[in-house]
Amino acid sequence: MSIMEYNGGAVVAMVGKNCVAIACDKRLGVQAMTISTEFPKTFQATPKTYIGLPGLATDVQTLSEKFRFKVNMYKLKEEREIEPRTLAHLVSSTLYERRFGPWFVEPVIAGLDKENRPFICSTDLIGCINFAKDFVVSGTTSNQLYGMCESLWEPDLEPEDLFETISQSLMNAVDRDCLSGWGAQVTVITPDQVITRTLKSRQD
Amino acid sequence: MADRYSFSLTTFSPSGKLVQIEYALSAVNSGVTSIGIKATNGIVIATEKKAVSTLIDDSSLEKVAIICSNIGMVYSGMGPDYRVLVNKARKAAQAYKRVYMEEPPTAILVKEIAGVMQEFTQSGGVRPFGVSLLIAGFDEKGPMLYQVDPSGSYWPWKATAIGKNMVNAKTFLEKRYNEDIELEDAVHTAILTLKEGFEGQMTENTIEIGIITGVVSTKDDGAVVLPEFRKLSPSEVKDYLANIA
Repeated sequence: MSIMEYNGGAVVAMVGKNCVAIACDKRLGVQAMTISTEFPKTFQATPKTYIGLPGLATDVQTLSEKFRFKVNMYKLKEEREIEPRTLAHLVSSTLYERRFGPWFVEPVIAGLDKENRPFICSTDLIGCINFAKDFVVSGTTSNQLYGMCESLWEPDLEPEDLFETISQSLMNAVDRDCLSGWGAQVTVITPDQVITRTLKSRQD
Repeated sequence: MADRYSFSLTTFSPSGKLVQIEYALSAVNSGVTSIGIKATNGIVIATEKKAVSTLIDDSSLEKVAIICSNIGMVYSGMGPDYRVLVNKARKAAQAYKRVYMEEPPTAILVKEIAGVMQEFTQSGGVRPFGVSLLIAGFDEKGPMLYQVDPSGSYWPWKATAIGKNMVNAKTFLEKRYNEDIELEDAVHTAILTLKEGFEGQMTENTIEIGIITGVVSTKDDGAVVLPEFRKLSPSEVKDYLANIA
Protein backbone atom coordinates (compact mmCIF):
# COMPACT_ATOMS: atom_id res chain seq x y z
CA MET A 1 0.00 0.00 0.00
CA SER A 2 1.41 3.35 -1.00
CA ILE A 3 0.51 6.42 1.02
CA MET A 4 -0.07 8.39 -2.18
CA GLU A 5 -2.78 5.87 -3.11
CA TYR A 6 -4.60 5.84 0.22
CA ASN A 7 -7.28 8.37 -0.65
CA GLY A 8 -7.12 8.46 -4.45
CA GLY A 9 -7.62 11.41 -6.75
CA ALA A 10 -6.81 12.95 -10.11
CA VAL A 11 -5.97 16.45 -11.30
CA VAL A 12 -5.17 17.69 -14.80
CA ALA A 13 -4.45 21.16 -16.24
CA MET A 14 -4.22 22.28 -19.85
CA VAL A 15 -3.21 25.35 -21.84
CA GLY A 16 -5.52 26.82 -24.48
CA LYS A 17 -5.61 29.99 -26.54
CA ASN A 18 -5.36 32.79 -23.96
CA CYS A 19 -6.95 30.49 -21.41
CA VAL A 20 -6.15 27.62 -19.08
CA ALA A 21 -8.29 24.87 -17.60
CA ILE A 22 -7.85 22.77 -14.47
CA ALA A 23 -9.96 19.74 -13.58
CA CYS A 24 -10.18 17.24 -10.75
CA ASP A 25 -12.28 14.29 -9.65
CA LYS A 26 -14.46 14.48 -6.54
CA ARG A 27 -13.87 11.15 -4.80
CA LEU A 28 -12.58 10.77 -1.28
CA GLY A 29 -11.89 7.15 -0.34
CA VAL A 30 -10.19 5.12 2.33
CA GLN A 31 -8.49 2.54 0.15
CA ALA A 32 -11.30 0.62 -1.51
CA MET A 33 -14.18 2.26 0.35
CA THR A 34 -15.57 5.53 -1.00
CA ILE A 35 -16.56 7.81 1.86
CA SER A 36 -17.37 11.05 0.06
CA THR A 37 -18.29 12.12 -3.43
CA GLU A 38 -17.90 15.83 -2.66
CA PHE A 39 -14.17 16.26 -2.25
CA PRO A 40 -12.88 18.46 -5.08
CA LYS A 41 -9.14 18.96 -5.15
CA THR A 42 -8.79 22.35 -6.86
CA PHE A 43 -8.58 25.57 -4.86
CA GLN A 44 -8.52 29.18 -5.89
CA ALA A 45 -5.26 30.97 -5.06
CA THR A 46 -6.03 34.29 -6.78
CA PRO A 47 -8.91 35.32 -9.06
CA LYS A 48 -6.87 34.09 -12.03
CA THR A 49 -4.84 31.24 -10.55
CA TYR A 50 -5.94 27.85 -9.29
CA ILE A 51 -3.96 25.15 -7.53
CA GLY A 52 -4.84 21.45 -7.69
CA LEU A 53 -3.77 19.16 -4.83
CA PRO A 54 -4.15 15.41 -5.33
CA GLY A 55 -2.69 12.96 -2.83
CA LEU A 56 -3.19 12.20 0.85
CA ALA A 57 -6.42 13.97 1.82
CA THR A 58 -5.21 15.33 5.15
CA ASP A 59 -2.25 16.94 3.40
CA VAL A 60 -4.56 18.23 0.65
CA GLN A 61 -6.58 20.04 3.31
CA THR A 62 -3.61 21.28 5.31
CA LEU A 63 -1.68 22.51 2.30
CA SER A 64 -4.67 24.24 0.75
CA GLU A 65 -4.98 26.17 4.02
CA LYS A 66 -1.21 26.82 4.22
CA PHE A 67 -1.16 28.19 0.69
CA ARG A 68 -4.20 30.31 1.36
CA PHE A 69 -2.31 31.79 4.33
CA LYS A 70 0.85 32.43 2.33
CA VAL A 71 -1.00 33.90 -0.66
CA ASN A 72 -3.03 36.22 1.59
CA MET A 73 0.09 37.39 3.43
CA TYR A 74 1.81 38.00 0.09
CA LYS A 75 -1.12 40.12 -1.05
CA LEU A 76 -1.13 42.17 2.15
CA LYS A 77 2.64 42.78 2.14
CA GLU A 78 3.22 43.33 -1.54
CA GLU A 79 -0.12 45.02 -2.25
CA ARG A 80 -0.60 42.93 -5.39
CA GLU A 81 -1.80 39.46 -6.37
CA ILE A 82 0.79 36.73 -6.63
CA GLU A 83 1.73 35.74 -10.18
CA PRO A 84 1.34 32.05 -11.17
CA ARG A 85 5.08 31.66 -11.74
CA THR A 86 5.87 33.09 -8.32
CA LEU A 87 3.22 30.88 -6.72
CA ALA A 88 4.86 27.87 -8.37
CA HIS A 89 8.16 28.70 -6.68
CA LEU A 90 6.40 29.36 -3.39
CA VAL A 91 4.76 25.90 -3.59
CA SER A 92 8.11 24.36 -4.50
CA SER A 93 9.97 25.90 -1.56
CA THR A 94 7.14 25.04 0.85
CA LEU A 95 7.34 21.39 -0.20
CA TYR A 96 11.13 21.24 -0.12
CA GLU A 97 11.11 22.56 3.47
CA ARG A 98 9.81 19.07 4.29
CA ARG A 99 12.34 17.27 2.12
CA PHE A 100 12.89 14.42 4.60
CA GLY A 101 9.31 14.05 5.83
CA PRO A 102 7.35 15.25 2.83
CA TRP A 103 3.79 16.38 2.27
CA PHE A 104 2.10 13.60 0.30
CA VAL A 105 0.67 15.75 -2.46
CA GLU A 106 1.80 16.44 -6.02
CA PRO A 107 0.38 19.89 -6.81
CA VAL A 108 -0.72 21.30 -10.14
CA ILE A 109 -0.88 25.06 -10.75
CA ALA A 110 -2.82 26.75 -13.54
CA GLY A 111 -3.46 30.42 -14.12
CA LEU A 112 -3.11 33.56 -16.21
CA ASP A 113 -0.36 36.04 -15.39
CA LYS A 114 -0.87 39.79 -15.29
CA GLU A 115 -0.50 40.01 -19.07
CA ASN A 116 -3.12 37.23 -19.34
CA ARG A 117 -0.56 34.76 -20.66
CA PRO A 118 -1.44 31.12 -19.78
CA PHE A 119 0.73 29.34 -17.24
CA ILE A 120 0.64 25.75 -15.99
CA CYS A 121 3.07 23.60 -14.08
CA SER A 122 3.14 20.67 -11.69
CA THR A 123 5.54 19.68 -8.94
CA ASP A 124 6.46 16.41 -7.31
CA LEU A 125 5.95 15.86 -3.60
CA ILE A 126 9.29 17.46 -2.72
CA GLY A 127 8.98 20.50 -4.95
CA CYS A 128 10.60 19.77 -8.29
CA ILE A 129 8.76 22.00 -10.77
CA ASN A 130 7.77 20.76 -14.21
CA PHE A 131 7.02 23.77 -16.44
CA ALA A 132 4.88 22.50 -19.28
CA LYS A 133 3.59 24.20 -22.38
CA ASP A 134 0.73 21.80 -23.08
CA PHE A 135 -0.69 19.88 -20.11
CA VAL A 136 0.21 18.55 -16.68
CA VAL A 137 -1.28 15.59 -14.80
CA SER A 138 -1.13 14.34 -11.23
CA GLY A 139 -2.68 11.83 -8.84
CA THR A 140 -3.38 8.09 -8.88
CA THR A 141 -4.73 8.43 -12.44
CA SER A 142 -1.65 10.17 -13.82
CA ASN A 143 -0.65 7.39 -16.24
CA GLN A 144 -4.14 7.18 -17.73
CA LEU A 145 -4.28 10.98 -17.90
CA TYR A 146 -0.98 11.11 -19.78
CA GLY A 147 -2.44 8.76 -22.39
CA MET A 148 -5.71 10.69 -22.75
CA CYS A 149 -4.10 14.14 -22.84
CA GLU A 150 -1.44 13.12 -25.32
CA SER A 151 -4.13 11.91 -27.71
CA LEU A 152 -6.73 14.62 -27.25
CA TRP A 153 -4.74 17.82 -26.65
CA GLU A 154 -3.85 20.19 -29.43
CA PRO A 155 -2.50 23.73 -29.24
CA ASP A 156 -4.60 26.92 -29.30
CA LEU A 157 -7.94 25.48 -28.23
CA GLU A 158 -10.64 28.07 -27.55
CA PRO A 159 -12.16 28.05 -24.04
CA GLU A 160 -15.24 26.01 -25.02
CA ASP A 161 -13.12 23.45 -26.89
CA LEU A 162 -10.56 23.34 -24.10
CA PHE A 163 -13.39 22.58 -21.67
CA GLU A 164 -14.51 19.64 -23.83
CA THR A 165 -10.97 18.34 -24.26
CA ILE A 166 -10.01 18.49 -20.60
CA SER A 167 -13.35 17.02 -19.52
CA GLN A 168 -13.07 14.04 -21.87
CA SER A 169 -9.43 13.49 -20.87
CA LEU A 170 -10.30 13.45 -17.18
CA MET A 171 -13.51 11.43 -17.39
CA ASN A 172 -12.14 8.65 -19.53
CA ALA A 173 -8.91 8.46 -17.54
CA VAL A 174 -10.65 8.11 -14.16
CA ASP A 175 -12.90 5.40 -15.59
CA ARG A 176 -9.76 3.29 -15.76
CA ASP A 177 -8.80 4.02 -12.12
CA CYS A 178 -10.75 2.49 -9.27
CA LEU A 179 -9.51 5.11 -6.78
CA SER A 180 -10.69 8.18 -8.73
CA GLY A 181 -13.94 9.35 -10.18
CA TRP A 182 -17.40 9.80 -8.60
CA GLY A 183 -17.90 13.12 -10.42
CA ALA A 184 -15.59 15.81 -11.76
CA GLN A 185 -15.10 19.54 -11.42
CA VAL A 186 -13.69 21.56 -14.31
CA THR A 187 -12.56 25.19 -14.05
CA VAL A 188 -11.80 27.26 -17.18
CA ILE A 189 -9.90 30.51 -16.63
CA THR A 190 -10.07 33.24 -19.26
CA PRO A 191 -9.07 36.93 -19.07
CA ASP A 192 -12.73 37.93 -18.60
CA GLN A 193 -14.14 35.25 -16.36
CA VAL A 194 -13.64 31.99 -14.52
CA ILE A 195 -16.26 29.26 -14.98
CA THR A 196 -16.40 26.16 -12.80
CA ARG A 197 -18.61 23.33 -13.99
CA THR A 198 -19.44 20.07 -12.25
CA LEU A 199 -19.68 16.97 -14.41
CA LYS A 200 -21.74 13.90 -13.70
CA SER A 201 -19.68 10.85 -14.53
CA ARG A 202 -19.91 7.11 -13.87
CA GLN A 203 -20.67 6.74 -10.17
CA ASP A 204 -18.43 3.81 -9.54
CA MET B 1 24.63 36.64 33.29
CA ALA B 2 22.33 36.97 30.28
CA ASP B 3 19.41 38.21 32.38
CA ARG B 4 21.38 41.24 33.45
CA TYR B 5 20.85 42.52 29.93
CA SER B 6 17.38 41.23 29.29
CA PHE B 7 15.95 44.71 29.82
CA SER B 8 15.89 47.22 27.02
CA LEU B 9 18.57 49.89 27.05
CA THR B 10 16.30 52.12 25.01
CA THR B 11 13.68 53.33 27.44
CA PHE B 12 11.10 56.09 27.26
CA SER B 13 11.74 59.49 28.80
CA PRO B 14 8.89 61.19 30.69
CA SER B 15 8.17 63.34 27.64
CA GLY B 16 7.56 60.25 25.52
CA LYS B 17 10.85 60.31 23.62
CA LEU B 18 13.35 57.53 23.20
CA VAL B 19 16.54 59.44 23.92
CA GLN B 20 18.80 56.67 22.62
CA ILE B 21 17.22 57.14 19.22
CA GLU B 22 17.71 60.90 19.46
CA TYR B 23 21.38 60.29 20.22
CA ALA B 24 21.58 57.83 17.35
CA LEU B 25 20.23 60.56 15.07
CA SER B 26 22.99 62.85 16.38
CA ALA B 27 25.50 60.24 15.32
CA VAL B 28 23.88 60.22 11.89
CA ASN B 29 23.86 63.99 11.63
CA SER B 30 27.54 64.22 12.39
CA GLY B 31 28.26 61.71 9.66
CA VAL B 32 29.20 62.48 6.09
CA THR B 33 26.40 63.71 3.79
CA SER B 34 24.62 61.34 1.41
CA ILE B 35 22.20 62.27 -1.35
CA GLY B 36 19.45 60.39 -3.14
CA ILE B 37 17.44 61.62 -6.12
CA LYS B 38 14.64 59.79 -7.92
CA ALA B 39 14.34 60.50 -11.65
CA THR B 40 11.60 59.43 -14.05
CA ASN B 41 13.76 56.61 -15.39
CA GLY B 42 15.91 55.68 -12.39
CA ILE B 43 17.57 56.73 -9.14
CA VAL B 44 20.99 58.07 -8.17
CA ILE B 45 22.51 57.80 -4.69
CA ALA B 46 25.81 59.39 -3.79
CA THR B 47 28.06 60.04 -0.84
CA GLU B 48 31.42 61.48 0.11
CA LYS B 49 34.21 59.06 0.75
CA LYS B 50 35.91 61.00 3.51
CA ALA B 51 39.31 59.50 4.22
CA VAL B 52 40.78 60.39 7.57
CA SER B 53 44.30 60.51 6.19
CA THR B 54 45.90 60.68 2.77
CA LEU B 55 47.59 57.39 3.56
CA ILE B 56 44.27 55.52 3.42
CA ASP B 57 43.74 53.34 0.35
CA ASP B 58 40.24 54.60 -0.48
CA SER B 59 39.76 52.29 -3.44
CA SER B 60 38.95 49.46 -1.05
CA LEU B 61 36.43 51.38 1.03
CA GLU B 62 32.87 50.73 -0.16
CA LYS B 63 30.05 52.96 1.03
CA VAL B 64 27.53 52.50 -1.76
CA ALA B 65 26.55 48.82 -1.52
CA ILE B 66 24.61 46.53 -3.84
CA ILE B 67 22.02 44.55 -1.89
CA CYS B 68 20.59 42.50 -4.75
CA SER B 69 20.54 43.05 -8.48
CA ASN B 70 17.82 45.71 -8.39
CA ILE B 71 18.46 47.39 -5.01
CA GLY B 72 21.37 49.51 -3.73
CA MET B 73 22.03 51.35 -0.49
CA VAL B 74 24.11 54.15 1.02
CA TYR B 75 24.32 55.60 4.52
CA SER B 76 25.27 58.43 6.81
CA GLY B 77 26.59 57.66 10.28
CA MET B 78 28.66 54.82 11.70
CA GLY B 79 30.34 52.62 9.11
CA PRO B 80 30.53 49.43 11.18
CA ASP B 81 26.80 49.57 11.99
CA TYR B 82 26.14 50.06 8.27
CA ARG B 83 28.07 46.96 7.31
CA VAL B 84 25.96 44.83 9.66
CA LEU B 85 22.81 46.17 7.99
CA VAL B 86 24.21 45.60 4.49
CA ASN B 87 24.76 41.95 5.38
CA LYS B 88 21.32 41.57 6.87
CA ALA B 89 19.77 43.24 3.82
CA ARG B 90 21.67 40.97 1.43
CA LYS B 91 20.63 37.88 3.36
CA ALA B 92 17.02 39.05 3.50
CA ALA B 93 17.01 39.57 -0.27
CA GLN B 94 18.43 36.10 -0.91
CA ALA B 95 16.00 34.51 1.55
CA TYR B 96 13.14 36.11 -0.42
CA LYS B 97 14.66 34.76 -3.61
CA ARG B 98 14.87 31.25 -2.13
CA VAL B 99 11.13 31.23 -1.62
CA TYR B 100 9.88 33.13 -4.67
CA MET B 101 12.77 32.83 -7.17
CA GLU B 102 12.40 36.60 -7.74
CA GLU B 103 14.16 39.71 -6.51
CA PRO B 104 12.28 41.37 -3.65
CA PRO B 105 10.33 44.53 -4.42
CA THR B 106 12.03 47.58 -2.88
CA ALA B 107 9.25 48.23 -0.38
CA ILE B 108 9.43 44.67 0.95
CA LEU B 109 13.19 44.84 1.53
CA VAL B 110 12.89 48.26 3.14
CA LYS B 111 10.24 46.92 5.53
CA GLU B 112 12.57 44.06 6.51
CA ILE B 113 15.54 46.31 7.23
CA ALA B 114 13.39 48.84 9.03
CA GLY B 115 12.02 45.96 11.09
CA VAL B 116 15.56 44.92 12.04
CA MET B 117 16.44 48.46 13.04
CA GLN B 118 13.28 48.69 15.14
CA GLU B 119 14.12 45.42 16.91
CA PHE B 120 17.34 46.98 18.11
CA THR B 121 15.32 49.73 19.80
CA GLN B 122 13.27 47.27 21.79
CA SER B 123 15.40 44.18 22.48
CA GLY B 124 17.45 43.58 25.58
CA GLY B 125 21.09 44.49 25.79
CA VAL B 126 21.42 46.18 22.40
CA ARG B 127 21.59 49.78 21.21
CA PRO B 128 20.03 51.33 18.11
CA PHE B 129 22.02 51.44 14.85
CA GLY B 130 23.88 54.72 14.39
CA VAL B 131 23.02 55.04 10.69
CA SER B 132 20.34 56.39 8.43
CA LEU B 133 20.05 54.52 5.16
CA LEU B 134 19.07 55.61 1.67
CA ILE B 135 17.75 52.57 -0.20
CA ALA B 136 17.27 52.84 -3.97
CA GLY B 137 15.47 50.10 -5.87
CA PHE B 138 13.69 49.47 -9.16
CA ASP B 139 10.81 47.01 -9.20
CA GLU B 140 7.61 46.51 -11.16
CA LYS B 141 6.15 49.63 -9.58
CA GLY B 142 9.07 51.67 -10.93
CA PRO B 143 12.02 53.40 -9.20
CA MET B 144 11.63 53.98 -5.44
CA LEU B 145 13.92 55.81 -3.00
CA TYR B 146 13.50 55.22 0.74
CA GLN B 147 15.16 56.65 3.83
CA VAL B 148 15.34 54.45 6.94
CA ASP B 149 16.19 55.99 10.32
CA PRO B 150 17.71 54.43 13.48
CA SER B 151 14.21 54.21 14.94
CA GLY B 152 13.09 51.98 12.11
CA SER B 153 10.79 54.55 10.51
CA TYR B 154 11.00 54.82 6.78
CA TRP B 155 9.69 57.19 4.16
CA PRO B 156 9.76 57.24 0.39
CA TRP B 157 11.42 60.35 -1.04
CA LYS B 158 11.63 62.02 -4.42
CA ALA B 159 14.93 63.59 -3.43
CA THR B 160 16.65 63.83 -0.08
CA ALA B 161 19.87 64.27 1.85
CA ILE B 162 21.03 62.79 5.15
CA GLY B 163 24.04 63.50 7.32
CA LYS B 164 26.03 66.58 8.21
CA ASN B 165 24.87 68.96 5.51
CA MET B 166 21.31 67.68 5.12
CA VAL B 167 19.48 70.95 5.84
CA ASN B 168 21.37 72.98 3.23
CA ALA B 169 21.38 70.08 0.81
CA LYS B 170 17.61 69.59 1.04
CA THR B 171 17.02 73.31 0.47
CA PHE B 172 19.29 73.09 -2.56
CA LEU B 173 17.38 70.04 -3.82
CA GLU B 174 13.98 71.64 -3.26
CA LYS B 175 14.97 74.38 -5.66
CA ARG B 176 16.47 72.12 -8.29
CA TYR B 177 14.20 69.10 -8.22
CA ASN B 178 11.30 68.70 -10.62
CA GLU B 179 9.12 65.68 -11.27
CA ASP B 180 10.34 65.24 -14.86
CA ILE B 181 14.03 65.11 -14.10
CA GLU B 182 15.89 62.38 -15.98
CA LEU B 183 18.74 60.32 -14.58
CA GLU B 184 21.56 62.18 -16.33
CA ASP B 185 20.38 65.47 -14.82
CA ALA B 186 19.77 63.77 -11.50
CA VAL B 187 23.39 62.58 -11.31
CA HIS B 188 24.53 66.09 -12.22
CA THR B 189 22.30 67.60 -9.52
CA ALA B 190 23.45 65.05 -6.94
CA ILE B 191 27.08 65.96 -7.54
CA LEU B 192 26.31 69.68 -7.30
CA THR B 193 24.40 69.09 -4.05
CA LEU B 194 27.32 67.16 -2.58
CA LYS B 195 29.69 69.89 -3.67
CA GLU B 196 27.77 72.45 -1.60
CA GLY B 197 28.95 71.01 1.68
CA PHE B 198 32.11 69.32 0.49
CA GLU B 199 35.21 69.65 2.64
CA GLY B 200 38.33 69.32 0.54
CA GLN B 201 38.84 68.49 -3.08
CA MET B 202 36.05 66.65 -4.96
CA THR B 203 37.63 64.05 -7.22
CA GLU B 204 36.55 60.71 -8.64
CA ASN B 205 38.17 59.05 -5.63
CA THR B 206 36.46 61.10 -2.93
CA ILE B 207 32.85 60.54 -3.98
CA GLU B 208 30.90 57.35 -4.62
CA ILE B 209 27.87 57.25 -6.90
CA GLY B 210 25.42 54.42 -7.51
CA ILE B 211 22.66 54.41 -10.12
CA ILE B 212 19.81 52.21 -11.21
CA THR B 213 18.07 52.85 -14.50
CA GLY B 214 16.30 51.04 -17.28
CA VAL B 215 12.95 49.42 -17.92
CA VAL B 216 11.15 46.42 -16.54
CA SER B 217 10.90 43.84 -19.30
CA THR B 218 9.58 40.31 -19.64
CA LYS B 219 11.39 37.35 -21.14
CA ASP B 220 9.66 34.92 -23.50
CA ASP B 221 8.86 32.47 -20.72
CA GLY B 222 7.19 35.22 -18.72
CA ALA B 223 9.98 35.85 -16.21
CA VAL B 224 10.40 39.51 -15.30
CA VAL B 225 13.77 41.21 -15.88
CA LEU B 226 14.50 44.21 -13.65
CA PRO B 227 17.11 46.93 -14.19
CA GLU B 228 20.38 46.41 -12.33
CA PHE B 229 21.88 48.65 -9.69
CA ARG B 230 25.51 49.54 -10.30
CA LYS B 231 28.21 51.85 -9.01
CA LEU B 232 29.77 54.35 -11.38
CA SER B 233 33.41 53.64 -12.12
CA PRO B 234 35.97 56.32 -11.21
CA SER B 235 36.38 57.23 -14.89
CA GLU B 236 32.61 57.72 -15.29
CA VAL B 237 32.56 59.90 -12.17
CA LYS B 238 35.48 61.86 -13.59
CA ASP B 239 33.44 62.60 -16.75
CA TYR B 240 30.55 63.92 -14.70
CA LEU B 241 32.91 66.04 -12.59
CA ALA B 242 34.46 67.49 -15.72
CA ASN B 243 30.98 68.65 -16.80
CA ILE B 244 30.35 70.62 -13.63
CA ALA B 245 33.76 72.26 -13.46
